[in-house]
Amino acid sequence: MAAERKTRLSKNLLRMKFMQRGLDSETKKQLEEEEKKIISEEHWYLDLPELKEKESFIIEEQSFLLCEDLLYGRMSFRGFNPEKLMLQMNAKHKAEEVEDETVELDVSDEEMARRYETLVGTIGKKFARKRDHANYEEDENGDITPIKAKKMFLKPQD
Amino acid sequence: MAEPASVAAESLAGSRARAARTVLGQVVLPGEELLLPEQEDAEGPGGAVERPLSLNARACSRVRVVCGPGLRRCGDRLLVTKCGRLRHKEPGSGSGGGVYWVDSQQKRYVPVKGDHVIGIVTAKSGDIFKVDVGGSEPASLSYLSFEGATKRNRPNVQVGDLIYGQFVVANKDMEPEMVCIDSCGRANGMGVIGQDGLLFKVTLGLIRKLLAPDCEIIQEVGKLYPLEIVFGMNGRIWVKAKTIQQTLILANILEACEHMTSDQRKQIFSRLAES
Repeated sequence: MAAERKTRLSKNLLRMKFMQRGLDSETKKQLEEEEKKIISEEHWYLDLPELKEKESFIIEEQSFLLCEDLLYGRMSFRGFNPEKLMLQMNAKHKAEEVEDETVELDVSDEEMARRYETLVGTIGKKFARKRDHANYEEDENGDITPIKAKKMFLKPQD
Repeated sequence: MAEPASVAAESLAGSRARAARTVLGQVVLPGEELLLPEQEDAEGPGGAVERPLSLNARACSRVRVVCGPGLRRCGDRLLVTKCGRLRHKEPGSGSGGGVYWVDSQQKRYVPVKGDHVIGIVTAKSGDIFKVDVGGSEPASLSYLSFEGATKRNRPNVQVGDLIYGQFVVANKDMEPEMVCIDSCGRANGMGVIGQDGLLFKVTLGLIRKLLAPDCEIIQEVGKLYPLEIVFGMNGRIWVKAKTIQQTLILANILEACEHMTSDQRKQIFSRLAES
């Protein structure tokens, strides 16, 4: 009685890879075709004529750099700010003028003091370890305060 | 009542697109269509004149034309979107049919990729700075986009500083991003602009006029006294001279030179040179 009734396996189960290893090539092909048929029937497509994109010969650019030959925007005259290498930027017509003018030292004392104030903190930050970064946190003004005393172990008096 | 309307419609429909070549240097208005040189032949007197067949096929002779600010592509033609004078530049070398653009005037800046601008740092959040460039949105500037900046070695930039940088991303869909470094990794004059000095705003057209290669104004100004100027394409100029008075004189000259004739300008410069 058990031999007569064949257990019916579902279609999905039969489609699984391990069930198909035992099949011969013909049945495999048939199953594949059925699958493709199902997929292609479910596929949606637009019923429109094919539009060909026209090749355009016009390029749109919003920048003025292509249109006009503009100079570089940062300039210094008569050696005002010698650090900045602006002399190189517009070198063509500046070349003659540079030789005549004397270069003045224009870093005032105030600027030097300001720079050194922050320099100590910046360099110190570079070499500080992760734990010490807390000591270098900036307060509201953006000034870096120097290192505070580390909390060490205090021996009890008695 | 229907008549004037129909007449108006006729005149509008009757105005054909003009050839771009004939309109160079003239004022164009938004909505006009311009024909490129290749299409002129097609639109010429319809077939009445026999044209000798040229061996080089017309299709291959279509050269690439760049339409610059103020123009848009509309099919095969150029559509004018701003009012101003139409300009053209011949291609220097290589292929391409040159550049057409409209020379217009405006005060409001729209971020464009590749432009060098002066920005003001308004906020510092995490790894990026928010920089106000005069556009609809503040641009973002990462702290790594400075010369020699690493995660440990952060640049010394505070809120309120002036930055001279260029845009790497600037379109209508995304927030503009700027950097103070060029593609090789060098600052090239960009970065934080130093202490003191004066920042003021002018129209965009004046900036382009001052940065033109043959601008006399800059040359004359440079002869007055030692000074430093930075021009931002967003209409901002920063000047610095030795004393406050000289800085203010300079700022006034640059603001006023837009509306002065060259004679008036020379007068003012000669008076300044005397004093």
